[in-house]
Amino acid sequence: MAQSGLARNEHLSGWLFVMPALVLLGLFMIYPILWSLWMSFQVGRGMAFSFGGFTNIMRLTQDPVFLRALTNTLTFLAIQVPIMLVLALLFANALNDSKLWGRGLFRTAIFLPCVTSLVAYSVVFRSMFAQDGVINQFLMFAHIIASPIPWMADPFWSKVVIISAITWRWTGYNMIFYLAAMQNIDRSIYEAAKIDGVPAWARFWYITVPMLKPVILFTTVISTIGTLQLFDEPNLIPSTPGAPSDSTLTLSLYIYNLSFKFMPSFGYAATVSYVIVVMVGILTLIQFLAARERRT
Amino acid sequence: MSNPLALLGRVATYALLIIAAFVSVFPFLWMLIGATNYSADIIKGKVTPGTALLQNISVFFNSVDMPRILFNSFFIAGVGTALTLLISSLAGYGFEMFRSKFREKVFGGLLLMLSIPFAALMIPLFIMMANFKMINTYQAIILPTVASIFIIFYFRQATKAFPHELRDAARIDGLKEWQIFLYVYMPVMRSTYAAATIIVFMANWNNYLWPLIVLQTNEMKTLTLVVAGLTSAYTPDFGVVMVGAIFATLPTLVIFFLLQRRFVEGMLGAVK
Repeated sequence: MAQSGLARNEHLSGWLFVMPALVLLGLFMIYPILWSLWMSFQVGRGMAFSFGGFTNIMRLTQDPVFLRALTNTLTFLAIQVPIMLVLALLFANALNDSKLWGRGLFRTAIFLPCVTSLVAYSVVFRSMFAQDGVINQFLMFAHIIASPIPWMADPFWSKVVIISAITWRWTGYNMIFYLAAMQNIDRSIYEAAKIDGVPAWARFWYITVPMLKPVILFTTVISTIGTLQLFDEPNLIPSTPGAPSDSTLTLSLYIYNLSFKFMPSFGYAATVSYVIVVMVGILTLIQFLAARERRT
Repeated sequence: MSNPLALLGRVATYALLIIAAFVSVFPFLWMLIGATNYSADIIKGKVTPGTALLQNISVFFNSVDMPRILFNSFFIAGVGTALTLLISSLAGYGFEMFRSKFREKVFGGLLLMLSIPFAALMIPLFIMMANFKMINTYQAIILPTVASIFIIFYFRQATKAFPHELRDAARIDGLKEWQIFLYVYMPVMRSTYAAATIIVFMANWNNYLWPLIVLQTNEMKTLTLVVAGLTSAYTPDFGVVMVGAIFATLPTLVIFFLLQRRFVEGMLGAVK
């Protein structure tokens, strides 16, 4: 009997330890995510809701602003994430050489951007990419361009700025993951390959990259989820959020505008937010399946 | 051994790293130089230090109630961090030390919830806070962040290295479960707490979207919101903006340089 009393005690303690967190998560995560699902089928402005069925979903397909926000977000994703991860991998590989001079210094420097707040670096980037700003001055000084690029006044270049900004902020972050994983690779594999005369690029491509596959997959997923929720940069780098003419508008920014900028249409905003939920869900599922495949 | 091709590769590696390091550090220098220049010079790309530093600082302090704003930022980030560490480490400890089939399922559910985007939570959370009459309060900012799945996960992982003999010994000595947590686990795991403190504090300090929605009056705003607000004019005074950006970056930068190893550990650990 003492045994079962102890087990019951143990069971109770287990719940007591996790309960505060579970209650808070239920209140501030599960309840709101279900509520916004319900809300996404509601129409109306302000706090006056009525059931709208699929009205909001139909509205999505005909809303040019939503479609632009979706296209922009996917463009950022498709271009920025690969560039950043390739750079992070290259830097990590270069820094993984223990004979490299100034290794710690380079590592600290490249990691430094992820210490900044998104807001602080966004406002700094806004000043750097001004029409006559330091970036244009430098590019003209180096004879890379002949006349200033209208960075934040042009639909194409404004996207380039946002992509450069996010890449600046997060490359070092991803590099740290790769460096940590590279340190776990057995050095003797490289020594053996070296003796066999395998050149450096082939050692990188045929040893390092395959060994890092799980980390690469992991960083791809977190970067993707992060980029799908992009808000701070497109809100702060352009002179007005999403400018010029919505070319840097993202889904999160659109949801914010729909909810908190003018007369709120919470129902429709919730529908747009579920577009992100679905995309993130699909990506997480792919990650999960890939991870399982790896195990078998 | 050193053939020309290897030498070329070596040169290319250094060139790549020097450019990357320069690009990474330049915006920091730009921020520092910018704080000493007039706005008109900043957007013209002036790269030499100017004479406007004192003026920028005084304009900044005249337009911002700095003691109040710093209090808001430190209070929200500090209290938020303390509560997050307490609640989330309790859960991480509980999930690892008291295993049951059902709790493992709950934990699996938490991992799925990790991918819930904040954009889908912010509207219901805002309405909830409005119903609780908590708009424009510290609690509204702090409460939704306190149970962090990342940190629960982090503590569970770290707890795997916690020696079970310590717990058994404490039990034999007659300590209650909460006493074991408080007097044995917490001191033993202090380096885990330190690493978690850094990442949670940084996330709280830098949080932008949720405070932007909830904090509506000037005297409640955090430094992050104030700095963002300085740029809301079509032609902001960038010299003043740079002063604000330096203040906003300073705490995390100082923590980084003082505790570099912990910092990186925390970042890697929280998502491993």
